[in-house]
Amino acid sequence: MPSLKDLKNRINSVKSTRKITKAMQMVAAAKLRRAQEQAEAARPFAARMERVLGNLSRAAKDSPTAPRLLAGTGKEDVHLLIVATAERGLCGGFNSSIVKLAKQHAERLINEGKTVKIMTVGKKGREQLKRDLSKHFVHHVDLSAVKRLGYGDAAGIAHDVLARFDAGEFDVATLFFSRFQSVLTQEPTAQRLIPASFEEKEGADDGATGYEYEPSEEEILADLLPRNVGVQVFTGLLENAASEQGARMTAMDNATRNAGEMIDKLTIQYNRSRQAAITKELIEIISGAEAL
Amino acid sequence: MAEKLEFELVSPERRLAGGPADQVTIPGMEGDLTAMAQHAPFLTTLRPGIVTVTEAGKAEEFFVTGGFAEVSDNTVSVLAEEAVARGDLSREWLDARIQSAEQELADAAEDRKMAAGQRVMDFRNVLGILSL
Repeated sequence: MPSLKDLKNRINSVKSTRKITKAMQMVAAAKLRRAQEQAEAARPFAARMERVLGNLSRAAKDSPTAPRLLAGTGKEDVHLLIVATAERGLCGGFNSSIVKLAKQHAERLINEGKTVKIMTVGKKGREQLKRDLSKHFVHHVDLSAVKRLGYGDAAGIAHDVLARFDAGEFDVATLFFSRFQSVLTQEPTAQRLIPASFEEKEGADDGATGYEYEPSEEEILADLLPRNVGVQVFTGLLENAASEQGARMTAMDNATRNAGEMIDKLTIQYNRSRQAAITKELIEIISGAEAL
Repeated sequence: MAEKLEFELVSPERRLAGGPADQVTIPGMEGDLTAMAQHAPFLTTLRPGIVTVTEAGKAEEFFVTGGFAEVSDNTVSVLAEEAVARGDLSREWLDARIQSAEQELADAAEDRKMAAGQRVMDFRNVLGILSL
């Protein structure tokens, strides 16, 4: 049976925890709004890029001179997994769910006898992957110093990936990140970057006919495909940022609620023990008086 | 000139400018070109240069470092890697870009030397045009 003093201390400590989680939830909410705005603002560029490339690549896909970024290297032996997670924890299952997806993917590939290379973005994912897959690590990108994610950050990652591709270090690159659906749901996603994949949309090639290209279609394609890698990485990182804040907000909301429940329970316990102590004292006084 | 174009300038981070325009001059990879209403569908990559948007006699200028432009259905979309309004352009900013382009030229593989060299030249030209 804890003493009254102990209970009082516990209640106070849970109260200050609740204050912290409450504050974190509000900070996350503010950051989420900003992250969402940023993701929103980046959408037109990515959408146009994808449409134009979709049209161009449909035409070029079957041609023997198709760029390697589109057609692939002809092999699928070495896979590069780019795992993008957060730099900070305390955001519920956000990091773990991305890592879990990446791990499943990696294990399947290893079982199939392929070589797996892992590039991590964000230290939380690296920490979680380190235990089982650290021998596959090839590179780590640290974004903890980045306050506001810019295209330059994504372009840097893309540049590195492309350099490795040109050096023949891998055949297929997949980006793992969490797609933001709502504050409550974030979906861990695997997106193939190289060779480039485009959703087949019905009737989408209407716009492709009748275009004039300068320079030639193939040259434009060769120019745009590397850029597209950067844009896709950027979109992924933005989605990730929004998801992280969303997940943190939900996690902190739960934590605040749990702390509240705990405070209520402890307060009841505190009051009961206080009552019991008073009753005990009274009984002692009364029985003392009776004995006289 | 009754008919107008819809102009749009977007960077990967956000939409920078947009609205109706009488004509838009784009620094295409193989030379400048001006799009007016009813221009044929057209797609070109960009070199570092200046996009000029003319609307009701007033010209607005943006510096772009590269990207591509699409003209279709009376809409001009310039998808720039980086874009800055001419008024906000600074010598330091450009110098930094020129330096990184020169670095790229130094690192470029033999078959890419031409393109990388051209890029450095384009940047230098802009410096001349703007007389910064």
